[in-house]
Amino acid sequence: MTKASTSQVEVVAGIVQKHKDVSGALLPILHAVQNELGYVPSSAVQVIADGLNLSRADVHGVISFYHYFRSSPPGRHILQICRAESCQAMGSRKLEAHARQSLQVDFNQTTKDGEITLLPVYCLGNCACSPSVRVGDKVYGHVDSEKLDKIVSQLVSGAVEVRQHK
Amino acid sequence: MNKTVPTRIFIPRDTTSCSLGADRVAELVQQTISENELPLQVVRNGSRGLYWLEPMIEVETEAGRIAYGPVTDDCIEDFIASQFWKPNENHPLYLGLTQEIGFLKNQQRLTFARVGVIDPLSIDDYRQQGGFVGLGSALTLSSAEIVSVVTRSGLRGRGGAAFPTGIKWQTVLDTDSEQKYIVCNADEGDSGTYSDRMLMESDPFSLIEGMVIAGIAVGANQGFIYLREEYPLAEEILCKAIEIANEHGYLGNNIAGSNSSFSIDVRIGAGAYICGEETAMLESLEGKRGEVRPKPPLPAIKGLFGQPSVINNVISLASVPIILADGAEAYECYGAGRSRGTLPFQLAGNIKYAGLVELAFGATLRTLLNDFGGGTRTGKSMKAVQVGGPLGAYLPESQWDVALDYEAFVDIGAMLGHGGIVAFDDSVDMSEQARFSMEFCAIESCGKCTPCRIGSVRGVEVIDNICNGESPSQNLQLLNDLCETMTDASLCAMGGMTPFPVRSALQHFAEDFPALDKS
Ligand SMILES: Cc1cc2nc3c(=O)[nH]c(=O)nc-3n(C[C@H](O)[C@H](O)[C@H](O)COP(=O)(O)O)c2cc1C
Ligand code: SF4
Ligand code: FES
Repeated sequence: MTKASTSQVEVVAGIVQKHKDVSGALLPILHAVQNELGYVPSSAVQVIADGLNLSRADVHGVISFYHYFRSSPPGRHILQICRAESCQAMGSRKLEAHARQSLQVDFNQTTKDGEITLLPVYCLGNCACSPSVRVGDKVYGHVDSEKLDKIVSQLVSGAVEVRQHK
Repeated sequence: MNKTVPTRIFIPRDTTSCSLGADRVAELVQQTISENELPLQVVRNGSRGLYWLEPMIEVETEAGRIAYGPVTDDCIEDFIASQFWKPNENHPLYLGLTQEIGFLKNQQRLTFARVGVIDPLSIDDYRQQGGFVGLGSALTLSSAEIVSVVTRSGLRGRGGAAFPTGIKWQTVLDTDSEQKYIVCNADEGDSGTYSDRMLMESDPFSLIEGMVIAGIAVGANQGFIYLREEYPLAEEILCKAIEIANEHGYLGNNIAGSNSSFSIDVRIGAGAYICGEETAMLESLEGKRGEVRPKPPLPAIKGLFGQPSVINNVISLASVPIILADGAEAYECYGAGRSRGTLPFQLAGNIKYAGLVELAFGATLRTLLNDFGGGTRTGKSMKAVQVGGPLGAYLPESQWDVALDYEAFVDIGAMLGHGGIVAFDDSVDMSEQARFSMEFCAIESCGKCTPCRIGSVRGVEVIDNICNGESPSQNLQLLNDLCETMTDASLCAMGGMTPFPVRSALQHFAEDFPALDKS
């Protein structure tokens, strides 16, 4: 086991320890792991299964059922574009196409430079100001291609600054 | 005005106003106040739901609150320089008294009475505006009496299925279990809906109060709120409100000095639409895959962790306090036919004045679309309207005189559901919408039954074939058969109702399937 995954295993073990006695603990644990690590690594599955007295298949089955949980690390930023009806009515199909084209990725893929993972989302509750997109915990309304480009360029330049600090 | 009391400036903080820049507006206004030592105080209220005017700023005056909007990023500096707090009637964004704005004035806000008015996290505001009166009244009643008030109010589930809330509560009350649960469905997955989100972000104590009353009514001391992951701000505000309610003795032991105790846990979903279906939600809360359970047993008898459980939508629960406060009759006297009280409708999609309209049942859909909505946002003619989320039918103009009433919608093969209304202008291609309905079902199907799991995937292929002109009439026959199988043989409404939007698109918008015409 590599060093990185050893420390990941420790993080997961700590989370399992903290939550394992609440009823229906598996989703809260998976949320905590993904919040902490950005994804649910395969090395976490055994630890969680052991802690909750479940089989690996049980845990894996839950992770794979929910769109939100992912088993590999995402890009530095997660960009979600709403694909649902209210946003469709205001041009989200065009926005989607623009995002795929300008970022050169499909949904559920990460840009080559590792900056942005593009995800679909089905309604952000922001339907009065469609089309909507979400980055991290921030939601944007009335997003057209131009506004999306601006959001993306701010994200990417922000990330560059962060790197310079290192 | 008393110089020592600062004038309050209200700047909303809900997902949508923030999505339009309300945080930045608040920051700049606060900065101006600090730098100039102005006698002003910023309050972050929820939104009134007049979303085309957000960010909408209000200034408290002796005559009432004065509004300005939309205060967007590109005009914020001029706006502040205009000394809007004076207030300034000549400012182009000046809207006059908030309560006189037609869109708001013509509503009947009962459940949403405090939404956008108060600071969502001020328990004093909540109490001053009628909060906890319903709880106070419930504490003087027996369990059976509380249930009877809810039954007589005519309240039906606002999550979509419109089942009478009082009857559900009675079933749980009648079970003799030590452990019962109140489960709040805050999964709000239907596109075009945002009333749950608004309520949780703008008046979270009303949901908490409703859940406490439900707990007292049926004998449950534990509540869960299943909140979708897509609502991070609602999570933040709701969790803070629960903490505050605990500190003030409205949750925990001996609620408001009584013998009752009740606590609430918030659990976060994980991006699965099907987890809004109540039994899938229970599975998810138990830490499993969100697969639909066959009924019976009813969750009211054997629900969460096998115990009797009340499962209600956010709006159903948040409507309970006012029913207990004002009485069943005061609520029941609103409405039409068997649809009693009010429903917070949500205008969405391509509509000029998008926002929340709480109205008594009985007005027409056209009233909402035209009088409130003002037609499309793009200015083109309106072609189709989808009501009730992704499983709701697409309605052509000939059906817009339908009354906003559960039964009237069922009569035309549609559903009112959670009250979301999505308008489309004439640039929409209804064959794309029909295809999307099948695609969405394929993506979100829980996989438990074949008609839904396989039928939806086939449905996408068959619609593609029709649109590509490949044996269109045979494929249409195939699509009709598929829809019939899905309707008749699916375990839940996901597979069972996906055919509604598909068939309505075919039936009312045949011009968008030109290949069928030629064959
Ligand atoms: C596919 C599907 C999705 C649903 N999504 C929701 C939802 O997001 N929110 C909700 O309150 N009810 C939803 N429901 C309805 C619930 O199953 C259930 O009827 C409701 O939570 C009961 O509460 P109520 O009686 O207060 O409406 C959904 C039903 C189905 C079949
Ligand atoms: S209809 Fe679809 S979502 Fe419902 S139980 Fe069957 S497979 Fe699951
Ligand atoms: S449909 Fe896109 S935010 Fe609701």
